[in-house]
Amino acid sequence: MTDSGEQLLLEVAGLTVKHGQLTAVSEVSLGVPQGSVLAVIGANGAGKSTLLGAIAGLHRPSSGRIILDGEDLTGVPCPKRVERGISLVPEGRRLFPSLTVEENILTGAYRARRGPWNLARIYEMFPWMPGRRRQSAAQLSGGEQHAVAIARSLMANPRVLLIDELSLGLAPIVVRGIYASLPDLLESGLTVMLVEQDVAQACSVATRIQCLLEGRTTLVGGPTEFTTAEIEAAYFGMSPTASAGATL
Amino acid sequence: MTLANAIIQGILLGGLLALFAAGLSLLFGVMGVLNLAHGDIAVVAGYLAVALVPALHLPTLWVFLIVVAVLMVCGYLVQRLIFQPSLESGPLTPLLVTLGMSVVIENLLLEIFTANSHSLSIGTFTGGALRVNSQISLSYLSLAILGAAVLSLAAIQLGLSRTKVGRIVRAVADDRDAAQLVGVNYRHIFGLAAAVAFGTVALAGLSLTMYTSISPTAGPTYLIYGFEAVVIGGLGSLWGTLAGGVVLGIAVTVGLLINSDFGALAPHLVFLAVLAVRPQGFFPRRVTA
Repeated sequence: MTDSGEQLLLEVAGLTVKHGQLTAVSEVSLGVPQGSVLAVIGANGAGKSTLLGAIAGLHRPSSGRIILDGEDLTGVPCPKRVERGISLVPEGRRLFPSLTVEENILTGAYRARRGPWNLARIYEMFPWMPGRRRQSAAQLSGGEQHAVAIARSLMANPRVLLIDELSLGLAPIVVRGIYASLPDLLESGLTVMLVEQDVAQACSVATRIQCLLEGRTTLVGGPTEFTTAEIEAAYFGMSPTASAGATL
Repeated sequence: MTLANAIIQGILLGGLLALFAAGLSLLFGVMGVLNLAHGDIAVVAGYLAVALVPALHLPTLWVFLIVVAVLMVCGYLVQRLIFQPSLESGPLTPLLVTLGMSVVIENLLLEIFTANSHSLSIGTFTGGALRVNSQISLSYLSLAILGAAVLSLAAIQLGLSRTKVGRIVRAVADDRDAAQLVGVNYRHIFGLAAAVAFGTVALAGLSLTMYTSISPTAGPTYLIYGFEAVVIGGLGSLWGTLAGGVVLGIAVTVGLLINSDFGALAPHLVFLAVLAVRPQGFFPRRVTA
């Protein structure tokens, strides 16, 4: 699946996840090298969020393996995966509404690993936060809540940061602002895997993209390796020739 | 003057009722579960003291500490081994499981201690009183129970708002899955909450055993008082729970002043009136959840 010789930090092999009768993720394999950004793209219901949830331990896979730096995490329960270095920024942010902004961020330190991230560094990265740290997290705008959710995940000093649906429900300018902080995160040694519906956005930040359709991988590679028509075909499930005339 | 005395005695009684209610309020706030065996657990604590005080030859206060510690450990274990599996199999299961536990506890107590009521006396302290004037006297025991209630509620409140564990408890109450994503094993947190709840209801049971007496089937009566105090105060609000206990206590003592039978009925009428006028309680959801 990935170029040989690369040191994979996160590796998923033949992962299948079922929600009851429905197979949400089917035989998906992927590899994320240290220090890279993998963007998982795909339409609604393609299984992107389920895939991230399974890597974080929220969903139990029916088959397949999840490996972090050579260690098999498949049977490790969700809270323990935080200690191993996996942190998920969940879909819809899932902040704790009765906690303040600062309390939300501090919950991230509950089982934190040793690493560069602490409250001071978070506040340096998001300068608006200290002034509003005593506010209830429920009072923030969507973009601000997303920043707090990312901050909460960073406090755990993860090795792999999983970000779900960053663009969902946010103004484009807010999304660009959050993506602008991505290079800083990578510089701190982080590896990122994100789920994105906005293909152009995904291609602009990712080192690799992987497209899912109905739970299966339909395309994987560097973002510049494919034409728009090829990506579109993988996204919507049409053969490249049939969709050649259509535009995204 | 007799009315003033009734109100003061009602406030003191409110402390006891609030002790019963604190654990209910905490567990409901954190897990959204009503423990129907709550009153019976208080009675178990009372009987444990009745059995241990003559057996251990230790100062009574030490025995009380042992009883509270034992009940806290039981709370953690019962939560992890019995309540947790029931929580995971639907919203009605915990009600059935705790109801079943209540029946089992009552029958075990009947088997071991018979249906006779038991009481604890710790010397002069139980009978002593602070005389304010010819009409009003405050018994040391009632004052101590009210003090224990206020201290317990304040400790829980401060623990929730100021400590790291308290922050995590509130986070779990908000969103279990999101809490798992920051590395929290919410089952362990539920266990801790249950330990605190069992500890406070053990204090309530010990207080009751000294204040009046206990019988194996006394639990459900106090479960209802506790439940009413929680609802009057507002679900999930700890200080509201104390206020609810005090309201019920005053209803009991003022009711007794009107007619000796009315004392048992009055608090339930007050509860119904509050439900009709202000169903969300007086201080809804300010602490947990």
